[in-house]
Amino acid sequence: MDLSSINPVLLVASIMVASTPVLLAALGELVVEKSGVLNLGVEGMMITGAICGFAIAVNTGSPFLGFVAAAVGGAILSLIFGILTQSLLSNQVATGLALTLFGLGFSALVGQSYVGIRPPATARLDIPVLSDLPVVGGMFFNHDIMVYVSLALVIAVWAVLKFTRVGLILRAVGENHDAAHALGYKVVRVRLCAIMFGGACAGLGGAYLSLIRVPQWTEGMTAGAGWIALAIVVFGSWRAPRVLLGAYLFGGVTVLQLNLQAAGLAIPVEYLSMSPYLITIAVLVVMSASKGRVRAAAPACLGRIFHAST
Amino acid sequence: MIRLERRPAPSRLWAALTPALAVFATMIAGGLMFALLGKPPVEAIRTIFWDPLFGEFAFYYRGQLLVKAAPLVLIAIGLSIGFRAGIWNIGAEGQYIIGAILGGGVGLAFYPMTGWYIFPLVVLFGAIGGWAWAMIPALLRVKFNTNEILVSLLLVYVAEQILASMSLGLLRNPDGNGFPGSRNLSAYEATANPELIAGTGAHWGVVAATIAVIFAYILMTRHVLGFQIKVSGEAPRAARFSGVNPDRLVIFCLGISGALAGLAGLFELTGPAGQISIDFNQGYGFTAIIVAFLGRLHPVGILLAGLLIALTYIGGEAAQTNLGLPSASIDAFQGMLLFFLLAMDTLSNFRIRFGRAKVA
Repeated sequence: MDLSSINPVLLVASIMVASTPVLLAALGELVVEKSGVLNLGVEGMMITGAICGFAIAVNTGSPFLGFVAAAVGGAILSLIFGILTQSLLSNQVATGLALTLFGLGFSALVGQSYVGIRPPATARLDIPVLSDLPVVGGMFFNHDIMVYVSLALVIAVWAVLKFTRVGLILRAVGENHDAAHALGYKVVRVRLCAIMFGGACAGLGGAYLSLIRVPQWTEGMTAGAGWIALAIVVFGSWRAPRVLLGAYLFGGVTVLQLNLQAAGLAIPVEYLSMSPYLITIAVLVVMSASKGRVRAAAPACLGRIFHAST
Repeated sequence: MIRLERRPAPSRLWAALTPALAVFATMIAGGLMFALLGKPPVEAIRTIFWDPLFGEFAFYYRGQLLVKAAPLVLIAIGLSIGFRAGIWNIGAEGQYIIGAILGGGVGLAFYPMTGWYIFPLVVLFGAIGGWAWAMIPALLRVKFNTNEILVSLLLVYVAEQILASMSLGLLRNPDGNGFPGSRNLSAYEATANPELIAGTGAHWGVVAATIAVIFAYILMTRHVLGFQIKVSGEAPRAARFSGVNPDRLVIFCLGISGALAGLAGLFELTGPAGQISIDFNQGYGFTAIIVAFLGRLHPVGILLAGLLIALTYIGGEAAQTNLGLPSASIDAFQGMLLFFLLAMDTLSNFRIRFGRAKVA
């Protein structure tokens, strides 16, 4: 094994890249869950975003349009979930699973003619002065724009939820939808908006995978990233900064195990590959073992059906 | 103005009608999807739903029907018991894999001995493997209150890695010239799971699925445990007041669904699949979720739903060869079916009222 082959600058830089898809999806799901809706379809929306973004980027040659299409695709798919759970009052767990199953099938169907194609490259954002700094420049200031978008989104979600009226209404709907309804807030409308925001974010995360991280289209390429995003929301106890921490922790484990594989550690590849999932489970266990903490942090109406007449 | 008014109790008529309506709606929407792909819609739907049963080559396809339906029904029966109680095991795919690996491993340990006792032992260990894998989310839920949905699902990816490791390492066929994959268990007489009645495709998995349906029916309609499961799902507080132990229920529901999924994996391994290989699992564990819902979480319904979904698998393969339909379109088709089903569930739980609500 040769640990000296691991370059710390590249390591940090690749952790940021590896974390971004999960971070984007988890932020979207955070907002959805804050409004009291549990959408288990993150995986399906991510992979739909991945193929929508990929297809549009390849056909137009513009990664930017690709990301826009990914967000739109994810949002449209999440709207199906929204209509089913909010208007037709279906079970959220079952509908979320349906979304994932459908998304995986649909994306494979659309993606068949895109296997083995390289997408147009996304431009790196060179920040004058900062990008040229030794070490730090290479680590933090030499990324594509989506990395910074995701970080800006963390701040935006945090600030909106904490300081604005919109955030307050969203939280009110999530904590007690009957009270929010009695105050005259449109519970269903607020939740539909939150669900679509979540879908758009998951779509962006998926497109980041297919357009930048990999960059290629393969069937089922999200490989559980959507489920990990769901776990990270729990880990982050429904707070944006902690979700950032969780996503980067996960990204760190992923990159580290890939580097260890490359360095030829004496552990079989398969066991290294399963480590991100095992660590996610371990983190979930630790979080939920601290009695009452997760339950206190979770929005009180999470997963409950809202029906105005009852 | 359209309003939904909650029914005092779910309508039994609509509960029975909605699956048929959902299938019909899926055929229409699926036809549209195929038309968009540039395939003849009517012919595609006919190839999927009609030809395998009544077409020219039906004698071949009919046997495949039971082969595909057995694992789906077996897994879905287990899942439905948990879903009824509000315990969501969605990692059946992982339990299916581990059941096959453990059972198959025991079988390979006996190679090349012969004996009547080997096959029952292998089956037993298949069930134990699935059960043990499901006990991980169950115990974490009971001890640490960890969400069983996420844990069971994440364990699927872990199981897939174990499968890869096993077929490349520990269980690789020593006479296989270095190719990945284990010895062929269906060719090894002591562990083979052959077709019991020629031409029907019925192997031991079909027998097990039938028994599971009967037992699940008795459990859910005649046994106090089934009653407790239903109460816990519909009114968790009432269940707790009446003395139902929620922890025991979690252990039972996840355990039984894991064991059945493990059995399904084992029968697939020793029968149609033959060997442990990297691509051994084919998503039955996930499709079984659709089967469970399509069957209304009712054992008899699941039996019918399993046959129908098996039909779409076979029909999908036929459409792939005859019409060049992409194989993934069947997955999208099945997902669509679940959407329509969930949407139409509204009809059994609510009445649709037109006009404004009257002020009481």
